[in-house]
This record gives sequence, C-alpha cells and structure tokens, in this order.
Amino acid sequence: MEDLSLHILDIVENATAARARKIEIFVDEEPGEDRLTIEIRDDGIGMDKEVSRKALDPFFTTRSSRRVGLGLPFMAQAAQEAGGSLRVESKIGKGTKVIASFQYHHIDRKPLGNMVETVVTLLFGNPELEILYTHKKEGKSFAFSSSWVKNHFRDRPLVDPEVIREVERHLKEGLKQIGVQG
Amino acid sequence: MAKLTVDDLKRIKEEVRSSTVLREGGFRAKVNIHMGTCGIAAGARKLMAVVLKEIEEEKVKDVMVTTSGCAGLCSREPMATVEILGKPPVKYCDLNEERMKEIFVKHVLNGEIVEAYALARGSETTY
Repeated sequence: MEDLSLHILDIVENATAARARKIEIFVDEEPGEDRLTIEIRDDGIGMDKEVSRKALDPFFTTRSSRRVGLGLPFMAQAAQEAGGSLRVESKIGKGTKVIASFQYHHIDRKPLGNMVETVVTLLFGNPELEILYTHKKEGKSFAFSSSWVKNHFRDRPLVDPEVIREVERHLKEGLKQIGVQG
Repeated sequence: MAKLTVDDLKRIKEEVRSSTVLREGGFRAKVNIHMGTCGIAAGARKLMAVVLKEIEEEKVKDVMVTTSGCAGLCSREPMATVEILGKPPVKYCDLNEERMKEIFVKHVLNGEIVEAYALARGSETTY
C-alpha cells in the first residue's frame, strides 16, 4: 500500500465483510508529540481470542469470512516500520477495534494520503453502512458522518451527481480547515 | 431429494436479492469495484474515483456503485464488474484509470462490452 489512507480503506472493507453496520474511523495527528494514531472500530461479527491473535499472521486466513489475510499484517508492518505498533481488540458478536500508532516524523512513516477518496469510496460503495469519521490535528478536529449526508440529501438517491460533488467539497474543506491536505 | 437446510435458504435468499436489487432499486446498471487488499494495493480506489467523477460530470442518475472483496484473481487486479439490467455481468481485469473511463463510457452508458479488457462473465456477493 502506498499510503495510510489505503490501509484504512482496506481495514474498513474487512469490517463490511464481517457484516458491520456501523464503522468509526479516528485519525489523530500530533506532530508536536511525534505521534499519529489511527483507530478503526466496527460492530461486525468479531473474532474470538484465537483468531484475533492469529490475525496479524499473514499466513493465517479464515476463508469463510475473509476477515483476515494480508490486510492487517500489512498495516501492522507499516506501523512497526515507523516506530509504532498495531493492536487488535475483538469480541465475538460485538465487533473489532484496530488501533495503529506511528511516530509522526519517522522517515519510514507512509504519508496519510488521500482521506477524501477513502471516505468517498466507503460512503458511495457501501450505501447501507453507517460511517463516522473524526480527524484531529493539533487540537483542531473535523467530524463527518454518513447520516449527515443522508439527512442533508433526504430527497435524493445516495449516488447522485450533486451529492457526490457536495460530499467531496465538504470533506476537502473540512480537512483543509484543520490543516490536513485532503 | 435432500432436505433444505438453513444455509441453503440463506444462499437462495442472497441469490434472489442480488438478482433483483438492480430492478427494484430503479437502476439501469451496476458497477462493482473489487476492493480486496489485492485490489486496493493495485489501485482500485482510483477506479472508484473515476466512476464517481464520470457520474458527476455526465449527470448520471441510474447507475449503482458497489464494492466487493477479493475475487481470487489477485494478479489481474484492479478489477471491476459491470452489470446492465437484464444482461449477464461482465468482469474486467488489469484496469487503470483510462480503461475504467473507457468502460464507463462504452459499456455503462452505451451498453457496448469492451472485449479488450473483459475477463469472464460472473457475479459475486456484494456487502
């Protein structure tokens, strides 16, 4: 993966395969503390202790649910290469939480990448999924939710030329205001 | 004849749902982008961006967009499946932004299959 926003997209696609209805994405950038944290929570089927322990092993897979494979090990590798770590907390029937931390200024830390494209892909590609996205940078924060879009454009289908344009503009402006290049 | 199991019923329900969602939703076509780890690493998100840009610019209102997981042909990613209402779905492989745009204009908007990029016909579960 070229950047961290692609890892986020991948982990959320995992969550939808695990029948999540709601996902939450938190990105917290603290350059002053040399810290970048990404947290992804879902309410999918979850994994038992054994499976979540093996989930970071690239050679382990549960074929029937496709919940694991290379996605998590790739993201764990990206975190470890940047002086950070990745941990998975999961409960059967409750969901899964993936928390990745990075040294913000580490030379091998991948750039965050295009969060607008990631959120837009998730939103329009999964119309029934509830998405909450919160991005913090140096004390400022921006929040986006799929329910805002659905309420705002109540009388329109989700995949509509005007809705696409407005959502992209809203995300770009919101991220720009907190100092993130979307 | 073997008894139907709960799993059989679930499978039948899913098959019927996937074959009627286009018609019931009032859509004319569906574009599915394969978003497994392999697809994403190969550039699938760019394909989605191209499709959404085309929908926006051409003011298209009857096309449904979905994503799915790995289809098992990781070396041929990025892949996309195009389905026109009432026609068999067509899988495209080894795509890039230019090819996706060409497929959108020719197949999705005008109904002509772009054979040069087509892999096979089939369908998969969308979440």
